[in-house]
Amino acid sequence: MSFMDWVDERFPATKVWNEHLAQYYAPKNFNFWYFFGSLAMLVLVNQIVTGVWLAMMYKPSADEAFASVEYIMRDVEYGWLLRYLHSTGASMFFLVVYLHMFRALIYGSYRQPRELLWIIGVVIYVAMMATAFMGYLLPWGQMSYWGAQVIVNLFAAFPFGIGEPLSIWIRGDYVISDATLNRFFALHFLLPFVLAALVFIHIVALHKVGSNNPDGIEIKKNKDENGIPRDGIPFHPYYTVKDVVGVGVFMIFFLGIVFFAPDFGGLFLEPPNFEPANPLKTPEHIAPVWYFTPFYAMLRAVPPMFNSQFPGVVVMFAAIIVLFFLPWLDRSPVKSIRYKNVIFKVAIAIFVVTFIVLAWLGMQASTPTKTLLAQIFTALYFAFFLLMPFYSKWGKTKPVPERVTG
Amino acid sequence: MKKLTVVFAIALVLALVPMTGMAAGGPKVELQQANIDLNNHAAIQRGAKLFVNYCMGCHSKQYVRYKLLTEVGLSEDDIKDNLIFTDRKVGDLMTIAMPEEDAAKWFGAAPPDLTLTARIKSGGEDWIYSFLKSFYTDPSRPLGVNNTVFANVGMPHVLYELQGIQDPVYKYEAHHDGHAVASFDTEAAAAAYVAEQGEGYRMERVVERLELVKPGSMTPAEYDQVARDLATYLTYVSEPMKLERQRMGIWVMLFLAVFTVIAYFMKKEWWKDVH
Repeated sequence: MSFMDWVDERFPATKVWNEHLAQYYAPKNFNFWYFFGSLAMLVLVNQIVTGVWLAMMYKPSADEAFASVEYIMRDVEYGWLLRYLHSTGASMFFLVVYLHMFRALIYGSYRQPRELLWIIGVVIYVAMMATAFMGYLLPWGQMSYWGAQVIVNLFAAFPFGIGEPLSIWIRGDYVISDATLNRFFALHFLLPFVLAALVFIHIVALHKVGSNNPDGIEIKKNKDENGIPRDGIPFHPYYTVKDVVGVGVFMIFFLGIVFFAPDFGGLFLEPPNFEPANPLKTPEHIAPVWYFTPFYAMLRAVPPMFNSQFPGVVVMFAAIIVLFFLPWLDRSPVKSIRYKNVIFKVAIAIFVVTFIVLAWLGMQASTPTKTLLAQIFTALYFAFFLLMPFYSKWGKTKPVPERVTG
Repeated sequence: MKKLTVVFAIALVLALVPMTGMAAGGPKVELQQANIDLNNHAAIQRGAKLFVNYCMGCHSKQYVRYKLLTEVGLSEDDIKDNLIFTDRKVGDLMTIAMPEEDAAKWFGAAPPDLTLTARIKSGGEDWIYSFLKSFYTDPSRPLGVNNTVFANVGMPHVLYELQGIQDPVYKYEAHHDGHAVASFDTEAAAAAYVAEQGEGYRMERVVERLELVKPGSMTPAEYDQVARDLATYLTYVSEPMKLERQRMGIWVMLFLAVFTVIAYFMKKEWWKDVH
């Protein structure tokens, strides 16, 4: 009896290996856009590993946090490398996940039977945002402090008298303080493991329904005599070796930033954040990190109504909640953009422009012109989703082939 | 796929073009180029000496240890003999004795720690260099000096003995809708113009340039070197590992390039039977 037999009698090691790798059949026509799922997992591992090591040296107290980060940067052996890997990794995580979500958007990977897969993905995205938001407070710089102040104050805009107590409950104080820093650190340490569990669930769901592909064809509908999809290839070794190439290219990009431009022109590490948090000195211009700016732009686009900022907060949260409904908003008879009507293609192009412009607007100080622009693009953002049930049905779609194409 | 890529490329360009056009204006101070070289250890050493002699009475560098300077060619004895004037140890942080609370009471605001100034200020080393060269006489300020780079600065010109005293040469601008529309050498001419144009116009006095009215112990070129040395030093301490990180980065890039090429051919080999 071999060692593996011994193990398999007690734990389904070979079975799991086969079901999820060696005999998990993925469509053979994955393209560029299919690298980002595995890359997102790689970045998550990077964040957890560097994060645990940073936590060994970091001090979550208002008096010591800023100095402990500088201690890591200067006195800890390769502490600067750990820190830059972590700070750049955060931006990379969002970049990769945005591209991963965009892939789902263009190839209809959220459509039946993958609705739950998509919803779990959006939950992952929300958990990521919470993790990143709390993590950003930890360096205890000016932007950390005032960014957190602005965002937590959003909860204070909640009506019916629950807003104020809610924001105090979140902060553990009347302002962002040592108490807030301490709890954000605890949660920032916990949430990545929740994320890892969600990623596991995401993959379980994926392997139940099987991967979509750029043609939006169900490869399981066309199986050979052995029950293997004719257009499928085993994930391992085919996509493992392919993903390694993706990892190589991605690492050149990622580590290129880490080693040569860790600030990334003030986009990844904002200059005001090199100044310790000062509750008495509001920075001239408060802007969240780039990956939150589209939503921040939408928040600011909505004028206060009935003396309350609440409508803006509603719009901002709605911008994320609407993502959950995407599987039911798309009524096109085909999944992939390759065969969808022209209007859909134009809509996606406008959406890409909208998202980038909103991201840019969220970084800028408000002016009347920019507020107007933010309002227009906020309307376009919601129009993309809310009008989808109509425009996805209009016009002529192209015939979908029987088998996957190159 | 190709068509799709083209569509998105066009979309991206359409999104980015308006951004460049709309780039925010706002009042921007022109900075002078410091042209520093972080490989110049002598400059960093001179900057350190200037720092402990002229700046460290008020400004701490609390995240940096004296010992850091052993990285730029000083021995521990050099540091002890030349840079430490108290009984501190080489491994100590470069803190100052003045309590922050008292400093805030005395000066209105506590003098900031300078460890990270080069990373906070937009322009970095150029900002520091220009700032040190831009003090001028301004009797309306409590300490009698102002600074064109840092308006209404709270500190005196501690290097005035070296640089000398600079007086401002003003020009007078007519502003309309937040933009300067005309510029005059004399206040009278500007006032006449603004009066003539009527509502919505106002006059603003701006420093056009600075004039050295009383030379210090150094020539302007020598003082430029002082400003450059301090800028070099403060840039170095803001991120001491910068050069090491870039050197290491080159090896990492080389490794990844080789790794990726091998991975690419491995993938090609594995995939040759997939059609």
